[in-house]
Amino acid sequence: MGVASSGTATVTLPTDEQILITREFDAPKHLVWRAWTTPELVKRWWHANRGAMTVCEIDLRVGGMWRYVMVADGGLEVGFHGEYREIVPNERLVSTEVYEGIPDAEEHAAIDILTLAEVGERTILTVLVEHPTKEGRDAHINSGMEAGMQDAMDLLEQVASSLR
Amino acid sequence: MARAATTADAFNAVAEPRRRQILDVLAGGERPVNDLVTVLGLAQPQVSKHLRVLREVGAVDVRDEGRQRLYRVNGHALKPIHDWVKDYERTWSERFDQLDVVLEELKEKEEGDGSGK
Repeated sequence: MGVASSGTATVTLPTDEQILITREFDAPKHLVWRAWTTPELVKRWWHANRGAMTVCEIDLRVGGMWRYVMVADGGLEVGFHGEYREIVPNERLVSTEVYEGIPDAEEHAAIDILTLAEVGERTILTVLVEHPTKEGRDAHINSGMEAGMQDAMDLLEQVASSLR
Repeated sequence: MARAATTADAFNAVAEPRRRQILDVLAGGERPVNDLVTVLGLAQPQVSKHLRVLREVGAVDVRDEGRQRLYRVNGHALKPIHDWVKDYERTWSERFDQLDVVLEELKEKEEGDGSGK
């Protein structure tokens, strides 16, 4: 016990519509899967220390729905829901994701693809979020910012070295 | 991430598609304005106008070499946009730090049950 954090999450933007989140965990993948798909466990980590989850519903079957609601420390309530599309226990989970705080939310549903790969006793987790539009992707990252200005990300990959 | 409601910042400067295009070209290396005119297929006054906006926020630097003015990207001015993604990344990092704690417990429980590997 007392194993140190396995590292920080890495977020990249592979295309204009995608977000890719990667992280390695010091646990076998069946436990990561369990922590990811069991409501009582999700409630313990999904809040990211920024509030409390008030709703965590997981109907883990193809066509089943999920819904997460969090009340942030400032009082802001944010809700997300979606439908499971593909379930390969301990390996792959595909679902839709709707952010309830935007107009025509359903039309802007993203597709989330979770994959777990075990290396030794460790697990490499990736979440690929695919939005129908770049604007949706940008709104997902920060709904408080004007959309349509983040093409510069590709560029930033190239200039990142000048920031070091 | 909160940001100042000013038009003169890097966010607004790169909000315009043509200006992003200019930055993309300049990311490949320093270029004279004529190159940009050719690549973008715009008239020189328009390109110069976009370059002026980018210069005002410091997103590009310029220097004279002989009779040419050479433009290049300034990464530091674009750092706020870089930070914008970093903020999202921090949320996930904190989320995963909590998940580490949950996983540690699950591992111990499994070992305690004798059902673990």
